[in-house]
Amino acid sequence: MRDSGIWDCVLPMGGDTMHKREITGRAGVLRSLQRHKWIYLMTTPGLLYILIYKYIPMYGLIISFKNYKPYQGIMGSEWVGLAHFERLFSSPDFAMILTNTLVLFTLQLVVFFPIPIILALMLNELRSSGLKRTIQTLIYLPHFMSWVIVVSISFVILTVDGGLVNGLLESMGLQKINFLLKSDWFRPIYILQIIWREAGWGTIIFLAAIASVDPQLYEAAKMDGAGRLRQMWSITLPSIKSVIVVLLILKIGDVLELGFEHVYLLLNSANRQVAEIFDTYVYVAGLQQGQFSYSTAVGFFKGLVGLVLVVGANWLAKRYGEEGVY
Amino acid sequence: MVGDKTIGSRVFGLINGLALVAFALITVLPFIHVFSSSFATSAEIASKRFLLFPTTFTLDAYRYIFSTDAVPRAMGVSIGITAAGTLWSMLISVLTAYGLSRKLLPGRQTIMFLFVFTMLFNGGMIPTFLVVKETGLLNSLLALIIPASINVFNMIILKTFFQGLPDGLEESAKIDGCNDVGILFRIVIPCSMPAIATISLFYAVTYWNTYMHAIMYLNDASKWPVQVLLRQIIVLASGLNYDNAVYTDVPPPAQSVKMAVIVVATIPVLMVYPFLQKHFAKGALLGSIKS
Repeated sequence: MRDSGIWDCVLPMGGDTMHKREITGRAGVLRSLQRHKWIYLMTTPGLLYILIYKYIPMYGLIISFKNYKPYQGIMGSEWVGLAHFERLFSSPDFAMILTNTLVLFTLQLVVFFPIPIILALMLNELRSSGLKRTIQTLIYLPHFMSWVIVVSISFVILTVDGGLVNGLLESMGLQKINFLLKSDWFRPIYILQIIWREAGWGTIIFLAAIASVDPQLYEAAKMDGAGRLRQMWSITLPSIKSVIVVLLILKIGDVLELGFEHVYLLLNSANRQVAEIFDTYVYVAGLQQGQFSYSTAVGFFKGLVGLVLVVGANWLAKRYGEEGVY
Repeated sequence: MVGDKTIGSRVFGLINGLALVAFALITVLPFIHVFSSSFATSAEIASKRFLLFPTTFTLDAYRYIFSTDAVPRAMGVSIGITAAGTLWSMLISVLTAYGLSRKLLPGRQTIMFLFVFTMLFNGGMIPTFLVVKETGLLNSLLALIIPASINVFNMIILKTFFQGLPDGLEESAKIDGCNDVGILFRIVIPCSMPAIATISLFYAVTYWNTYMHAIMYLNDASKWPVQVLLRQIIVLASGLNYDNAVYTDVPPPAQSVKMAVIVVATIPVLMVYPFLQKHFAKGALLGSIKS
């Protein structure tokens, strides 16, 4: 024992190659287990956790091909093949959910996505670092608020029953608007809440990219007489273009992740036609109505499409010349 | 600062600064409105004449919510979940992250893949629910902690930090006869306090904000954490009286009670925010999942 310890310290590389040779045989595997026993022991709780709460549920996806009855168990329930998937694709709900998903995603992409970039460019132009830090502190804050709090604050401000906005509308002699029950208002409220909560936080990655731009470029541009707007347009923006493209591609990979908790909190019977997405549909069909197999099939479909999109987006990001995320 | 001298540049700087200040104000305005409304009297709320600062001040709303059973109990549940959950998640995340940070560990790539894959694909809500049920956690507060033990993203940030520590530290400890457990607790953890503090706060905020798991796994209203109660009070305008008790106090105006509950649910996050803010930008950028 003492020996191997010394070898590790003096010749770490040598120890490694020796060790690689060791693990070719069965005795080598045992010796390696013995040598790293504490390390393996430390990773055991984490591995058990993902095994039980992440990988067993993946096995549980099998109930999407069965008619799962809790008292019959997963194995004992009747096999129905693709019946639940056929039901999903032929249901009128499917078109509704898909439309809502695409609309909300488009809103995120077109309305939300550019805002952190613009904010980061603007923050970068602030000459006073104290002001910059204060503004950053304020705009990062909402990111740490739960969706319940975000939605609750919106609710008390927008409610017809003594809310701030309707109070203002009334004092201006305008009609009150029931923002929370009008389905027309669901999408604007959804995207405004996302902007409020995430726009500031989203600047971090762009600010980091801007910070790594070579200052000499700005000096050279100044010599050529470029103003600040021109420098922003011709130097900062092109310099962070690759970060923007990669984040854009990765965002597209997340098309199905629209924020279950957020949408669920806004969902009500009046706006269901525009607000229902895959996750909320799974929750209602599965946990509230007890259609375990059908809702699992819906979730499985969403998960598979999501996996393909994320892997595809990451592949694309890598092809674009960046390192990707995974 | 050569460019700052032209008039165009100054005007640009001014407009830019004002626009950013406006954005920051719009961001905090809702907080201030909610906070000050929670201290307003019913007369003033009814007159709707203030936006930010009421002219009168009363603690009625707070006195009322703390006289109910539901709010103090939900606060207690949330504080308990946050404290226990953060400790548990940190323990298991640090152990896993340290194991995976050891470059010479055989099988490390495979284990890492198993973790990363769970970020790309999972069994979904219903199969996970069934496992939670089968493991006997349904309607237990442990259902808010155990199924959320590790946030893989946080674990990877810890792992990246551990990998950045100088190798010499571990080697000298080994020469002194320290085993891997000793190295972790006596050397690696004390050297990683900034990362550990940051990730602890991330976990704490997540546990404080827990909502979905609570509505999925808990049936019993007396076990609700504060977020579920808040939702119940704000949107469904019920919840304070879930046990059908009759309160002798005349409730203050509903609006300021709602505001007060929001404040109570928000304050703990506001309190840790300054500490969080010190490190999170670094943490958020460290999250690249490499090697």
